[in-house]
Amino acid sequence: MTQQKWEPKIVAFVCNWCTYAGADLAGTSRLKYPANTKIIRVMCSGGIDPVFILKAFERGADGVLVSGCHPNDCHYNAGNFHARRRWDLFHKLLDFVGIEKDRLQFSWISASEGKKFADVITKVTKDIMALGPFKAYQNMNSEFTIEFPELEAVALKEMLHEEEVSDGRA
Amino acid sequence: MKIGVFICHCGENISRTVDCPRVAHFCEGLPGVEYSIDYKYMCSDPGQKMIKDAIHEHKLDAIVVGSCSPNMHERTFRNAAVSAGINPFLVEIANLREHCSWVHDDVEAATEKAIELVRMAIEKVKRDKPLTKIKVPVTKRVLVIGGGIAGIQAALDVANAGYEVVLVEREPSIGGHMSQLSETFPTLDCSQCILTPRMVEVYQHPKIKLLTYSEVVKVEGFIGNFKATIKKKARHINEDLCSGCGLCITKCPTKKKAYNSFEEDLAFRPAIYVPFPQAVPNIPVIDETVCMYYKNGKCGMCVKVCDREAIDFEQKDTMLVADIGAIIVATGYKLYNIDKKTFDSKYKGYGEYGYGKYRDVIDGLQFERIASASGPTAGEIKRPSDGKEPKKIVFIQCVGSRDPSKGISYCSKICCMYTAKHAMLYKHKVHDGEAYVFYMDIRAGGKMYDEFVRRAIEEDQVKYIRGRVSRIYEENGKYIVKGEDTIAGVPVEIDADLVVLATAMIPHDNAPTLAQTIGIPYDRHGFFNEAHPKLRPVESTTAGVFLAGACQSPKDIPESVSMASAAASKAMILFASDTLEREPVVAKVNEDLCAGCFYCKKVCPFGAIEVKDITDVNGIVYKEVAYINQGVCQGCGTCTATCLSKSIELAGFNNEEIFAEIAAL
Repeated sequence: MTQQKWEPKIVAFVCNWCTYAGADLAGTSRLKYPANTKIIRVMCSGGIDPVFILKAFERGADGVLVSGCHPNDCHYNAGNFHARRRWDLFHKLLDFVGIEKDRLQFSWISASEGKKFADVITKVTKDIMALGPFKAYQNMNSEFTIEFPELEAVALKEMLHEEEVSDGRA
Repeated sequence: MKIGVFICHCGENISRTVDCPRVAHFCEGLPGVEYSIDYKYMCSDPGQKMIKDAIHEHKLDAIVVGSCSPNMHERTFRNAAVSAGINPFLVEIANLREHCSWVHDDVEAATEKAIELVRMAIEKVKRDKPLTKIKVPVTKRVLVIGGGIAGIQAALDVANAGYEVVLVEREPSIGGHMSQLSETFPTLDCSQCILTPRMVEVYQHPKIKLLTYSEVVKVEGFIGNFKATIKKKARHINEDLCSGCGLCITKCPTKKKAYNSFEEDLAFRPAIYVPFPQAVPNIPVIDETVCMYYKNGKCGMCVKVCDREAIDFEQKDTMLVADIGAIIVATGYKLYNIDKKTFDSKYKGYGEYGYGKYRDVIDGLQFERIASASGPTAGEIKRPSDGKEPKKIVFIQCVGSRDPSKGISYCSKICCMYTAKHAMLYKHKVHDGEAYVFYMDIRAGGKMYDEFVRRAIEEDQVKYIRGRVSRIYEENGKYIVKGEDTIAGVPVEIDADLVVLATAMIPHDNAPTLAQTIGIPYDRHGFFNEAHPKLRPVESTTAGVFLAGACQSPKDIPESVSMASAAASKAMILFASDTLEREPVVAKVNEDLCAGCFYCKKVCPFGAIEVKDITDVNGIVYKEVAYINQGVCQGCGTCTATCLSKSIELAGFNNEEIFAEIAAL
C-alpha cells in the first residue's frame, strides 16, 4: 500500500533560455506529464554546480534532471559544454559511490521542443518510480546532522570577516 | 522581511486544475508571508492595482506572484512593484500555468505542486538582493566588417544618420560578390550600374573611414566599448600619393603571371593590379608572390613609370586600433569548393561532374563573369577551353546544396533564381542555343521571382528537367551529361558544350576564426548564429554585435540589403542614448575568498574575467584575484559553478538563493 502511495520527488535544474522555454512550450501545447518534477531555473546549465545536485538529494529528492540547450545552441556560446563535462564526471562519481545512475539524468531540450520536455519528464519520472525512494542519503543525514540551508561558503565568509575586524583592532 | 503572495487564476487557465484559494490560504501561514491573496486576473489593471495597494497597505518588502511563465509577465509585475516602491529584483514568479495547470489533469496533484512552486519562490525571494541596472557609456562609432553590398548598405545607413563608421574590407576593393555579377534577377538590372555609385558614395562619405586590404585581428571589450585592432596589409603603394592612373599596371612586365580572382580565374593579371576597373579605392596592390622585385630585387618598372613616386616596396603591415560601440559583421559567402586543387574532408567535391577537371564545367560566378560586359569575354558567351560559343548548355542546380552526402544539408536559396537568369542571359545572347536546367525543386519565393522563372521557361524556351545528374564525361569535345528525367521517368543524355554548376553558398574558410575573434557563435557550417531565429534575426548573441547578409545564411541581394539596414538601425538604437542600461544579472567575485586559480577565466565564454592585483598599503602586489568586467559578463554563471572556493556569485541566482529553493522542496 505504502509503495503505491509513494510519489517520487524530482528536481530539474534547467537553463533559462532553452529548457525553461521548452517547458513553457509544453504548457502552451497542453502536453501532459507527471507532476513530480519541480523546476529550478538558472541562467545557464553551465552554472549548475554539482553541489546543487547533492543538496537536492540531501533534501529528499529521489531524482535530479539537468537540462540545457543543445550543443552549439547555448545562449552563452559554451556554457552547456561545461555543463556536460561537469555532469559526466559527477555522474561517474555518483555511480562510484553507489548511487543508481538513473537518479541523475541529463538532456538537451531546446525552446522549440515542448514535446521532448514532456517526454523526458515522463521518462525520468518512470525511471525514478522504478528505482523507488532514495533512502541512502536520508539515512546518512540522520546520522550526521547537517545544518541547512546555512552554507559552508557563507560561514567561511563570516569567519574571514571577523578575522579582518580583529586584525584591524590589533 | 514582509512578503506578499499573489495567486492568479488566469481566468480559468490556472484555477481549472489548481485550487488557487487553497494555495493562497496555505501561503498565509508561511514564515515571512505578510499577505496572501488570489485573484482572477493578476496582470490586469485591477490586479496590478491590488498588488500596489497591498504593498503600500501591508508595507511589503518583496512579492511572489503565482501566475504564468516569467517570460510572459515578469516585466509586468516588476513594473507594478517598482511603481509601488519595491526593487524589481525582489519580485519572484512561480510558474503555475505553463509548468503546472496546463500540463497536469489531477487537481490534487497540481495544487500540491503549485504550493511547492510558490514556496520555492517565497524562499528565493527572501534571499534576493535588490539590484540596480548597470550603466555603461557608449562609443558612437560602428565597425563594419566586410565591404560587400551588405557592409556597404550598413555603413551608408549608419553614416547618413550622422555616426562614424570604420569599414574594413579584406580585399583591395569594396564591392564584394555583387560587383562580379553580370545582371541581377528578377529585373535584369546591370549589377555594377547599381552598385558602383554606392561604392563611390562610401569612399567619399565624410563619416566613413574605409580600410581596404585590411583585416580585423582582435576585438576586445563589450557592447558600447569595443576596442578593435585592424591589420592594414601592405599594398606597397602610398595611398596618399597614388592617383590611380594605372600606368604601373600596363607597364608591369609580369603581364599574365597570376590568376585574376575577380574574374574567377578565367583571366590573368600582372603583379601590380587593381581587382577591376571600377575598384574603390582605385589604388593598385603589389602581389609579393609574383612581383619580380621581391624575387630578385630587380625590375622596379612601376617605380620608373610612376611620376608621383607612390610605389613603396618597403611598406609594412600596420596595426590600427579603433574604439567602437557596435560591430556589424557582413563577411558574406564563397562558393562550394571548385578550387581545382584540393577538396577538403568536410566537402566531398563533385568528381563525377568533372568538377575541377574539365575547363568547361564551371560554377555560377564564373558564368557571371563570362556573361558580364566587363568580363574576360567582354560579355560574349564563350567557353573557357577553346573560346567557342556553346550551342548547348546545361545548368545543374543544387550542386552541394541539399546534399548531405556532400557535406551540406541546407538550400542555398539563390541558385534557382540565378540559374533561370543565366539561362535567360544565354538565350538572349545565343539565339539558336539550347539551354537545359536540371533541378530538384524550383524555389522561387519572392516578389516577381516565380514569374521570372516562368519567363525563362515560357518566353525563352529554357528546358527544365526535373532530376539529378549522375555523371559528366568528355567525348569528342562535348560533355556528356547523364541524368534522369524523374517526371517522364526516363534517362536523359545531353551532349553539352558548356556545363554550369549552381554550387552551394558556404561561409568563408576563416569565418569560424573571425567568429572566435569577435566572440560570436556560429553553426556547424560556419554561418554566424543569430540571437533568435524569428525575433532577433540580425543580432548575434553577443550584445552589440549585429549580423548582415550571407554570413548568417544564404541570401539574395534584397535580403542582404534589408538585413544590413536592420543591423544599422539596431546600432543606431544603441547610439540613441549616451549610456546604456543592462540587466544586473552578472557575476561578482568575493576578493577575500578568491584564491586566484583562474579556472573561471578559462571557462568564461565571453572573456569577461581579468586578473586583478591586490596591493598592500605600500603598493606591493601580494595577491592576484579574478575580476569580472560587468560590461562584458552576460550572466551565465558558468564561473560560479567552476569556482573551487565558491567565491563568485551570480546576482539574482546566487548559491544561497538556489539552495533556498532546493530547501523548500
